[in-house]
Amino acid sequence: MSKTKAETIQTIIEPTKGWKMVNFKELIMYRELIFFLTWRDLKVRYKQTILGVAWAVIQPVMTMVVFSIFFGGLAKVPSDGIPYPLFSIAGLMPWQLFENSLRNASKSLVANRNMITKIYFPRVILPLSSILASLVDFFVAMPILIVMMIIYGYHVNIYILLIPYYILLTILTSFGVSLWFSAMDVMYRDVGIIVPFISQIWMYITPIAYGSSLISNPKWTFIYNLNPMVGVVNGFRSAFLGVYTEIPIQSMIFSLLISLIILFGGLFYFRHMEKQFADLI
Amino acid sequence: MPNYSVEVNHIGKRYRIGVTSKQYNTLRDTITGLVHNPKERLHQKMTEENSFWALKDVNFNVEEGKAIGIIGRNGAGKSTLLKILSRVTEPTEGTAIIKGRVGSLLEVGTGFHPELTGRENIYLNGAILGMKRSEIDKKLDEIIAFSEVEKFVDTPVKRYSSGMYLRLAFAVAAHLDPEILVVDEVLAVGDAEFQRKCLGKMSDVANQGRTVLFVSHNMSAIMRLTEQTVVLERGKVVMQAPTAEAVDYYLSQGYSQEGEHFWKDDEIEKNPAPFHPIRIRIVNEAGVVSDTVRSTEKFYIEFEYSLDEDITGLRVGFYIISTRGEFILTSFDVDDPSKFETFSTRKKGKYISRCTIPGDFLNEGRFVVGVNASIFKIRTYFHDEQALVFNVNGTGAPGTQWPEPRTGLIRPRLDWDIELKEV
Repeated sequence: MSKTKAETIQTIIEPTKGWKMVNFKELIMYRELIFFLTWRDLKVRYKQTILGVAWAVIQPVMTMVVFSIFFGGLAKVPSDGIPYPLFSIAGLMPWQLFENSLRNASKSLVANRNMITKIYFPRVILPLSSILASLVDFFVAMPILIVMMIIYGYHVNIYILLIPYYILLTILTSFGVSLWFSAMDVMYRDVGIIVPFISQIWMYITPIAYGSSLISNPKWTFIYNLNPMVGVVNGFRSAFLGVYTEIPIQSMIFSLLISLIILFGGLFYFRHMEKQFADLI
Repeated sequence: MPNYSVEVNHIGKRYRIGVTSKQYNTLRDTITGLVHNPKERLHQKMTEENSFWALKDVNFNVEEGKAIGIIGRNGAGKSTLLKILSRVTEPTEGTAIIKGRVGSLLEVGTGFHPELTGRENIYLNGAILGMKRSEIDKKLDEIIAFSEVEKFVDTPVKRYSSGMYLRLAFAVAAHLDPEILVVDEVLAVGDAEFQRKCLGKMSDVANQGRTVLFVSHNMSAIMRLTEQTVVLERGKVVMQAPTAEAVDYYLSQGYSQEGEHFWKDDEIEKNPAPFHPIRIRIVNEAGVVSDTVRSTEKFYIEFEYSLDEDITGLRVGFYIISTRGEFILTSFDVDDPSKFETFSTRKKGKYISRCTIPGDFLNEGRFVVGVNASIFKIRTYFHDEQALVFNVNGTGAPGTQWPEPRTGLIRPRLDWDIELKEV
């Protein structure tokens, strides 16, 4: 063989002991696989559909219409002084990113069981690439928000620079939660049934259809804010629609903290369960 | 000191039995369990009763560039060992050191997506198998040519015939160029042509000086392709020796000597129900169970089994295989269409399928009987390629006046005419 000794990769196979984190160095080595699986998820999602990728736009718009009729029009839910359709779509954008990520990533391991039982790769790639595929959908849907802003005569302001932060936070949160759910799903298929429920309930405890000003009792506000998506949705909406008068450092850090706790817990838990995936799935 | 590409030290793998039988644990079970006995439920220790060792204290080394065979009966732990070496599953104890990229021909088509086109699947599957994109770009034409699906490469693979699908999948795996190739022939699917292609590719790789680990039941392939062979028995290495020696040991140890074989529970797959093999035996013309029959006399192969429930479309049969692994014949008890009609549904109960092998048919030598119980294209209930071994004694067979071994696996009594044409 032409390869020299130094080039040969040496792998040591042994039982993992104790609690370890997901190995990020290895993930970098596998970056092409992450890319290909993301690409596969995207390709497959809209294959043999007439509208194709337009679905990524239609879904939030349809939800916005329904919300505007029932919550905004009939129930007259307060929307912090913003026209209701614009208010709801600005909340639905980050929310649907979160929800799609969570739904697809949570079932990603079981859905790809034939890969898990036959070949080695860092398993965390599966939930990760599902989330990246949802992120692409998110960017496809994004222009609709801009169009809506133009329709309602809103202008982009400096706070829009905070948007990447909120997108990142959404990804971190959904990734953290999916690590828990996807690993549990391998052992308990109940998770697959519960996740749609959880995401529905989660939506109601997040200010998507209503403004968070509705929760006025300070006792409840703290508990309410434990949901990192509250900070994300409020922040995302405010940054786009220019509600901010100053940067809400406090709530940004608080949401980040909560989502990092979920994420790090998830990384350890996932790694701990990973060694049994092929045997249990 | 020799340079090892694979070093396996004290590898053991323990499986929990309870969990696999209760495959879908529900959260409710865990929660009720937690309420009753929280500590035990969370840290359930594996005990002798609720687990078994699929592999125990396995040690062997493979020198760089050598091809090694791994043989053993069903359930001996061969596939588990390959799974550990390809890192699909973790060992419970022990370590293994692998130098180089491991590729395997057992995951043919893994990750193929029916909605994607042939070309897209080549990229996806290549990436899953560990190829770089640039590598795939370079080999793309070669892969497409090898797979013989040029015309359909931009068609979704769900429209492929199963043969095309398999060829494409194999083509990707075959172009992986790993330093260490792992092949599990037991898992290899496809027709005879495809299997030949697999073996051909394997010998190419072996000849290029790559390290090869080859699991097979085909002794002639093992002998042809490997120099050293590891014999596994009930999860333990019982021998690592030059292939000829190991195969000889395996053939003489692994089989029953009495002309009769009862299946023990651990030789049957975990969940063969509703089909339970009981025993197979060789009965000579006089009705005696024996491991040796005469070439000139007919004998019977009897396969006894029980069905827990009615099965429709079941066929039970056997192979006769030479000890070098060549298949001599395959026969099922309902090959005759009228029989298949009569027994279209077999009621639950205990059965014997008995086949008469005519006299003047097999040559002297050793033969292996394999059994198979299946529904065509639907399900294989039971399969054991080495159920039993028997000997054929050539006394009185045509041509025995010359004390020479006759080549060939069969020795029929054929009619000859000798004509005198001219004086």
